[in-house]
Amino acid sequence: MFGVGARVRRKEDDRLLRGRGRFVADIALVGMRELAFVRSPVAHARILSFDIPEQVRRQVFTWQDLEPAGVRPIRAASGLPGFKVSEQPPLAADKVRFAGEPIAVTVAATRAEAEDIASQVIAEFDELPPNVDMLAAAAPGAPCVHEHWSDNIFLETRVGQSFEKDVAAAPVRISRSIRTQRQCIVPLEGKGLVAHWDRQAEQLVLYTATQMPHIVRSGLSECLGLPLEAIRVIAPDVGGGFGWKGLLQPEEVVAAWLCLHLGCPLRWMEDRREHLVAAANAREHHYEITAYADADGRLLGVDADAWVDAGAYSIYPFSACLEAAQVGSILPGPYDFPHYRCRTFSVCTNKPPIVPFRGVARANVCFAMEQIIDAIAAAVGREAWEVRLLNLVPPEKMPFDNITGKHFDSGDYPESLRRAVAGIDLASVRRRQLQGEPDGRLVGVGFATYCEQGAHGTAVYHGWGIPMVPGYEQVQARITADGGLELRAGIQSHGQGMETSFAQVAHEVLGIPLERIRLVHGDTGLTPYSTGTWGSRSMVMAGGAVATACRRLADRLRRIAAHLLQARLEDVTLSGGMLQSGQADITIAEIARTWYLAPQLLPADVDPGGLEITAGYKPKSDHGTFSYATHAAVVAVDAEVGLVEILDYLVVEDAGTMVNPAIVEGQIFGGVAQGIGTALYECSPYDDAGQPMASTLMDYLLPGFTEVPAIRIEHMETPSPYTEFGVKGLGEGGVIAPSAVLCNAINDALKARGAVVTDQPVTPARILAALRNARAEPPP
Amino acid sequence: MKPVDFDYVKPTTLAAAVDLLAQGNGSVKAVAGAQSLGPMLNLRLVQPELLVDVTAIPELLGTREEAERIVIGAGVTHARLEDGDTSERTQAVLAQIASGIAYRAVRNRGTIGGSLAHADPAADWLVCTTALGAELLLVGTAGQRTVSAAEFVVGGFETMLAPDELIVEVRVPRLSAGSRWGYYKLCRKRGEFADASAAVLVDDARGFYRCVIGATSGRPIVLDDSRPLSELAGAAAVAEALSPTALAGDAFAIQVHAAAVRRAVRAATA
Repeated sequence: MFGVGARVRRKEDDRLLRGRGRFVADIALVGMRELAFVRSPVAHARILSFDIPEQVRRQVFTWQDLEPAGVRPIRAASGLPGFKVSEQPPLAADKVRFAGEPIAVTVAATRAEAEDIASQVIAEFDELPPNVDMLAAAAPGAPCVHEHWSDNIFLETRVGQSFEKDVAAAPVRISRSIRTQRQCIVPLEGKGLVAHWDRQAEQLVLYTATQMPHIVRSGLSECLGLPLEAIRVIAPDVGGGFGWKGLLQPEEVVAAWLCLHLGCPLRWMEDRREHLVAAANAREHHYEITAYADADGRLLGVDADAWVDAGAYSIYPFSACLEAAQVGSILPGPYDFPHYRCRTFSVCTNKPPIVPFRGVARANVCFAMEQIIDAIAAAVGREAWEVRLLNLVPPEKMPFDNITGKHFDSGDYPESLRRAVAGIDLASVRRRQLQGEPDGRLVGVGFATYCEQGAHGTAVYHGWGIPMVPGYEQVQARITADGGLELRAGIQSHGQGMETSFAQVAHEVLGIPLERIRLVHGDTGLTPYSTGTWGSRSMVMAGGAVATACRRLADRLRRIAAHLLQARLEDVTLSGGMLQSGQADITIAEIARTWYLAPQLLPADVDPGGLEITAGYKPKSDHGTFSYATHAAVVAVDAEVGLVEILDYLVVEDAGTMVNPAIVEGQIFGGVAQGIGTALYECSPYDDAGQPMASTLMDYLLPGFTEVPAIRIEHMETPSPYTEFGVKGLGEGGVIAPSAVLCNAINDALKARGAVVTDQPVTPARILAALRNARAEPPP
Repeated sequence: MKPVDFDYVKPTTLAAAVDLLAQGNGSVKAVAGAQSLGPMLNLRLVQPELLVDVTAIPELLGTREEAERIVIGAGVTHARLEDGDTSERTQAVLAQIASGIAYRAVRNRGTIGGSLAHADPAADWLVCTTALGAELLLVGTAGQRTVSAAEFVVGGFETMLAPDELIVEVRVPRLSAGSRWGYYKLCRKRGEFADASAAVLVDDARGFYRCVIGATSGRPIVLDDSRPLSELAGAAAVAEALSPTALAGDAFAIQVHAAAVRRAVRAATA
């Protein structure tokens, strides 16, 4: 009823939906002062000098203040061969490398006054030519962002061998150039922090809106030279992260040092403009893909070059190369084909560093690969779903090691597609297209299938050689004297509902009521080490650790119960919070009372660890779980003005065993909404001088509730063979397919006019341009 | 994103308000709903010394019906117009326009006068009051004057308001019972400013015909009233109309503005 699989309401929603949560902005400390950052107005320049008025000089700090005090640049190297290391001083040193880079910080009683001072800080620059477009930046002769480098490539990777001879006779050869736009991440809550020195604990305490408090602590320790035990990082309630809060921020380093230097609490709240122009950038890829297929549409090979605009610096801990290098390994998607070659380039440009956004690289490769599948279908004259079906890994091959060595754990990929085709009622859409619309709009239908690696652990990450490798995930579980349960986990729940889903897991094992189970998370002072919440890992990893810890507690409870009930251990069962042997029973609360308050009644050989345990967990295989789904959409395109309306949207998904279907669906709804943003609205363009063009939400369009249709979800549930309860990671899945599905649906609608769109977002301007080009060049 | 330090007053008479505006040498801004000024203050695009809140001035707050026209106080919110008496033809059209502005939360605070004074080329009232043949009553320290909505706007975000003047009234001629109105705007998402817009009024009884293109880079463009609507709605006519603007040669802009005109005409002639 309340355990794994139950659709229970989220415990945390009572406080969050009533506005009673506590976010960073709700924290006020006595004597707290505010920070404002002075940000570079130019994309690429040498800093010649600062002009700071004397009357505010003591309230302004630059790298000239931080460096002599021993603050070190943020450094996120990768161990992959050939990786070029960037160093990012948290306030620019001698050079600025993107517009918006922090160059100074000001302190005042209020943010407005801090901004007043910031407006008086003038830097003189010697401007350098900026690298704005990644392809130009990657070309020989481009000015180097980091001058001691030989070019602007953080890392080049190669997967597979040339296979041209093997496909020389292929009847179908499709080539496409595909571009995905730079996006901003835009969680409801931006970044924010409060830093202070706790005199009693002799600790730097940083409250920060983060997904990974323990990793922020590691990074701060490296940059500030403080031992780890002198730093406590606390993530209070956090209003969405999506990757933006999965890194060490330069502002965190600056604020932490400055609060030690000034001896007073400091606060910085990122404003929306800073968010849009100065940092939270993601997703900008370029693909040159050639695919080969036989006359039925069966894929014979895929040959791709992929570029990722990684921006100016390598971010901590994920580095500047994770995104592009992942492209190389996941571009084949859920398909089985014999030949593959891919080169990837992580390109350094004069733009903000790229941040791994929910569905990192996966949304982009899905957009690229699913367009290719549709193009092959068009070339062989078949329905696109038939070509998908032909190429998907079939269930009888599971578990399946694909062409790049990804280990697909379980599932029936073709069935998700068949159900999507039936559920979207393809036949009726085709009839409708023949009849035409009364209002003249063009209707189209699109599909996309993907699989998503989540919760990948040591086996995957040790190879990247980045500052963090996830190992065993630990959770502490403690039964209180009155029979409640406290769980402590190093992950951070910022919308995922883990206070509920972890309680469900614990309830499943121990039977303690959900309302008596508390999760403490996001605090390095109170929880075991964890790399945090990212990569769709928390339910699999920390959820698995909850189950492991609770099972061990159950074993200790049974041993004490056997003694108190005068029963044999093997006869004692735990069910519904009650330990029983025959007719005799005892509650968990009574055992807890005995342990804490009447220890004289305990057996002589009782485990002295008591009713508290820290357990570590890894799945049997930590190569990652593979959730998958097929999304399908019907759209109507207004060919006069280029507007797109989503008429129907269906998700057929399989994320293994669902701990709480309502939370699963919430994740999918939110993900699809973000994916619709990627598909149709969101774009952060830069002009030739490297200036961001979308600096407010008037320019950076996000889908609102009027743009997100009612999304239908059908579940499949194929358990993972490797994880507790068979759960798979699914937090990112919803966002992966929408841009591919909607692009394919729009192209299906435009097909009658011979037009094709290939780039994101599919704006009215792009649709009308495609239609104009089609008129100019009628199909042969 | 915090504004600069500024003073704030809320006068209760028109005379006091224009006196305050006159003293400021340009560093005084009038404010009503603050739906555009608010973000501009926070972005420090505007750095005034004084804000004069005009929402307590009685002359700006009422709506009245006269024989030939509806007179709307400049401080009347979009929401009040949206909720107006739609049994009367002119007010029904005004309500329809108001209901499409941004979101209800914006309409609850934003005012018709504020929108006109801000003169964002994509704003609904700019193109619609021009198409309706509205007049504006402006009051300053030197007295009052009446100007047409069409001539009031000089360019993008530029009006003929003197630094010490306020819009006090928007006077909309009553539409005939059989008049036909069409307004179309292209927004990439609901509530956003328009990429293209057009408004058409066909009032045979009054002999008033007008087609206006909005959401250009400058002031609304009144298409030549003497041509038949079907001709005005052609892409060529729209391209010609846009040729003196920054949108000249922008194939997308010409195409969507032409579509907006076509759809407004269709709505007005259907």
